[in-house]
Amino acid sequence: MTNSWTDIKNADIVLVMGGNAAEAHPCGFKWVAEAKAHNNARLVVVDPRFTRSAAVSDYYCPIRAGTDTAYLLGVINYLLTTGKYHAEYVKHFTNASYIVKDTFAFNPEEGLYSGYNAERRTYDRSSWDYEMGEDGFAVRDLTLEHPRSVFQLLKQHVSRYTPEMVERICGSPKDKFLKVCEYIGSTGNGEKSMTIMYALGWTQHSYGSQTIRTAGMLQLMLGNMGVPGGGVNALRGHSNVQGLTDIGLLSQSTPGYLAMPTDREPTLASHFANRDFRPLQANQISFWQNYNKFYVSLLKAMYGTAATKDNEFGYAWLPKIDKVYDTLQQFELMHQGQMNGYICQGFNPLLSVPNKNKMRAALSKLKFLVSIDPLETETARFWENHGEFNDIDSAKVQTEVFMLPSTCFAEDEGSFTNSSRTLNWRWKAADGPGESRTDTVIMADLFLRIRDLYAKNGGAVPEPIQNLDWNYVQARNPSPDELLRELNGKALADLKDPTDPTKILRRAGEQVDGFAQLRDDGSTMSGCWIYSGAYTEAGNMTARRDNTDPSGLGVHPKWGFAWPANRRVLYNRASSDPNGKPWSARKQYIHWNGSRWVGPDVPDYAPTLSPERAAGPFIMNAEGVSRLFARKLMAEGPFPEHYEPFESPVANVLHPKTPTNPAARVFKGDMEVFGTAKDFPYVATTYRLTEHFHYWTKHVKLNAIVQPEFFVEISPDLAREKGIQNGGWVRVFSNRGSVKAKAVVTKRIPVLKVDGKTVHTVGMPIHFGFIGETKKSFGVNTLTPFVGDANTQTPEYKAFLVDIEPLASGPAVS
Amino acid sequence: MATLQSLDLQRRSATSGTPPAARKTLEVAKLIDVSKCIGCKACQVACMEWNDLREEVGEVTGVYDNPHDLSPATWTLMRFTEWDNPDTGNLEWLIRKDGCMHCSDPGCLKACPAPGAIVQYSNGIVDFVSENCIGCGYCVKGCPFNIPRISKADNKAYKCTLCSDRVAVGQAPACVKACPTQALVFGSKEDMIAHGEERVADLKSRGYDKAGVYDPAGVGGTHVMYVLHHADKPPIYAGLPLAPKISPLVEMWKGLTKNVGLLGIGFAAVFGFMHYVVNGPNRVSDEDEQAAAKLKGDGT
Repeated sequence: MTNSWTDIKNADIVLVMGGNAAEAHPCGFKWVAEAKAHNNARLVVVDPRFTRSAAVSDYYCPIRAGTDTAYLLGVINYLLTTGKYHAEYVKHFTNASYIVKDTFAFNPEEGLYSGYNAERRTYDRSSWDYEMGEDGFAVRDLTLEHPRSVFQLLKQHVSRYTPEMVERICGSPKDKFLKVCEYIGSTGNGEKSMTIMYALGWTQHSYGSQTIRTAGMLQLMLGNMGVPGGGVNALRGHSNVQGLTDIGLLSQSTPGYLAMPTDREPTLASHFANRDFRPLQANQISFWQNYNKFYVSLLKAMYGTAATKDNEFGYAWLPKIDKVYDTLQQFELMHQGQMNGYICQGFNPLLSVPNKNKMRAALSKLKFLVSIDPLETETARFWENHGEFNDIDSAKVQTEVFMLPSTCFAEDEGSFTNSSRTLNWRWKAADGPGESRTDTVIMADLFLRIRDLYAKNGGAVPEPIQNLDWNYVQARNPSPDELLRELNGKALADLKDPTDPTKILRRAGEQVDGFAQLRDDGSTMSGCWIYSGAYTEAGNMTARRDNTDPSGLGVHPKWGFAWPANRRVLYNRASSDPNGKPWSARKQYIHWNGSRWVGPDVPDYAPTLSPERAAGPFIMNAEGVSRLFARKLMAEGPFPEHYEPFESPVANVLHPKTPTNPAARVFKGDMEVFGTAKDFPYVATTYRLTEHFHYWTKHVKLNAIVQPEFFVEISPDLAREKGIQNGGWVRVFSNRGSVKAKAVVTKRIPVLKVDGKTVHTVGMPIHFGFIGETKKSFGVNTLTPFVGDANTQTPEYKAFLVDIEPLASGPAVS
Repeated sequence: MATLQSLDLQRRSATSGTPPAARKTLEVAKLIDVSKCIGCKACQVACMEWNDLREEVGEVTGVYDNPHDLSPATWTLMRFTEWDNPDTGNLEWLIRKDGCMHCSDPGCLKACPAPGAIVQYSNGIVDFVSENCIGCGYCVKGCPFNIPRISKADNKAYKCTLCSDRVAVGQAPACVKACPTQALVFGSKEDMIAHGEERVADLKSRGYDKAGVYDPAGVGGTHVMYVLHHADKPPIYAGLPLAPKISPLVEMWKGLTKNVGLLGIGFAAVFGFMHYVVNGPNRVSDEDEQAAAKLKGDGT
């Protein structure tokens, strides 16, 4: 989230799209209810299904699953053609005025940008950049008239996405689309704001990152970034999945979103050289120039005293990746027999990674599988025959499976980081049952045993293990308190004030106050720079429970700790105009009082930097402004473009030759099992139900009582066409597998007209498997395609193709 | 449930007159704002947890209503209705939390023949007292909302207690506590009506010009009320009665029939007494004795 849960109450328009907050985030949805009840907000829902969110909305517009980018580009086109955008904000706070290189091009017939290599399915992105002036800064035209200005290029790019085209692609009736545009357009003036709430309905596509970027662009056009009740708000799907990405559990990043070294960066110097954060305009902050400080502090946290200036702080001991090792890549390697062991912690890939049959085959090839989990997952029991639900010959599986029972969240203390980027400390409520141990104890035990083995027997590349700093009071049980202190970081030597060397900011051994005190000379350590400030000498900031809110704007500055720097709304300097005056009294948040930036939140800016310096509000960017044109940062183009899902019921009407994301990675064997509309005519989409949480609560009787069994949802029209009875059994099949389910026939699944063709949707909730209190089921990932987003590799769960037929009876129960 | 609040009973089944009450409590109410309800079923789960109820894990029958009906182990239930609004042409998904309405004039209590099996506290809550229940099912017939259910296990009637045990110690009902969107609120009946009217004004500003509070007069008002977007059409919300009234059978049983019956009993007593006074005690005649002896067959 750029903003916070509590900030949603400030919104005038709430757009729920690519998510279903009422269903999947009912507790957070209270802030939508609050905005409606006390801020007279209007809730607009755009979704392929009439969801629980739609049930309480003011306006609902249907859309074909997987066409959100086209829809949002259509809204941007509407804003540009009607002038309902925030012109001053766009001019001063975005890169609209930047001139793009003349080698950059987009071919609308081909659907391709300049630099495409069809064979490798990648782009040479060198032309996707600004024209540089002789002064070393990017060239701008503040009139926005230059034909190669980002503004003009964007205008031209989105001009194809007319309301008629949106209807042809998305199946959203033109009048409904325009009504939604009207709602959205009402906020492009500084007086009102719109929040966007999205979740996996946007991420789980082969072009999901681009959809989210389009949402960001839309909010920038409206001036809704950095203001109360605005923002692009990702509703995270686990209580601590924000924490997961923050501390680097994604394979391409190290903690705090620093980059994982690649094999083209053998030295720390080369890693830093590849990250040039020189400002692109005069006087810009370009905050990433501090990258080296954060990186060295991370290395010091990892390798302690073994990390010295002479050995580049142990950079050599970090793995250097040749490619991204995301989940899909891992299981692909496992499936090829190249990955032989797997430690699976709090993860149930047999049900949560696409193509269950491939998953099962991959797990069967392992030598060993370790499952660290509070529950007996389907993954840990993949080798068991459960009749039709998991048809496997157990005798043929040679994989040795170890189940290490861990405690569950209430059986240990520690911090959760929620969608609002807020770290909340929680306390242990009960002891774990039986032989369960905390995840930390299990990992520490594993680590110490492996380290002993290296010490005793030696081995290849022992340094990363041998040199890992393990300075905890109890080596076998690092406490959550110690771990959070380590993430915050501390001074390793006395830190002198750079502006006044007679002053000592922090004594050696003291916790740092925040990332501003981190150094690149090895005199500080911090396990995760963005968590700096969470545990200072003043104590554990995440354990704060003072919910006072002096401004009444839902800031709650003394509740927990929000990264970065306890900031609740990111980019909040942009709530004031270039002169530091609030855009409107109604949306006043952070402003310049003549000597400093003040307001209810921590300013996202240098606190005393005068507006006269003209440093832009988006201080993380070298431009100082936000990006409507993403330069070289995205895999498939600097502007978003509509691509169809890899399995789509229709052709791409814009460029039939490039129907799908040209830069998405597809493994051999997976491309071959994509289905076509001829054989699998219906769009399938997967989703959560409010009664369950992923694959966990099916183990809980209460949840099983209120939602006991797998089902699929279809429209009455499709049911009639296929002779399917409400509540009757059906078989749903894709080119990868087949499942049986009860049918729920409902008007909540709209039938769409897409470019003249009737498109039916089959909705499928996840949650159900062959272990637990709910009735046994197959797992919807039996059907889903093995392809991910071109930038994040998030699997395409939200739009694929299936067929459906009625059945006389259900599966044989084993 | 056993009664925990014998100090402030205002009515008691099959008992004439008002029971003595040592205190008078504030009249309470739960307001269910259907327009804010997201159907998350947290209320259902909270109810099961607080009251320690576990229904069997059922199956899907084509709807989201799970379990499928109220039962001795399901005291509250979300009922989902898909309704095409003929005025707007839009689909509406109406989600209503069903359960006991805690009527001011409770049909169940009126119908109940077992003394003290159903009570009404002065705060308005209508409670079933299991140890007095005889399982006759009259409460089921007496309820205009079809709420009580008889358990096959112990042959007693069960329904929502409005968490009378929690309310007695100043807590809101479990369902209200669990509701994430404040679709459920609890307080004095007066406050709930005022809050409901605010909500109705908000709904009217959003185009629901028939929005209103459901507090039906036919049962003397209720202590569980709804905010409905379409208050002119309660039946579209999974059959919420348009104008609920206590069944005429119950009214007759408790009203005319009972009085006529009592009159009949009284008349018989009076007649008997008068007959005694006028004719003296009945005596057995000689013929009767002989006939009896004949029937016995000993011939003497």
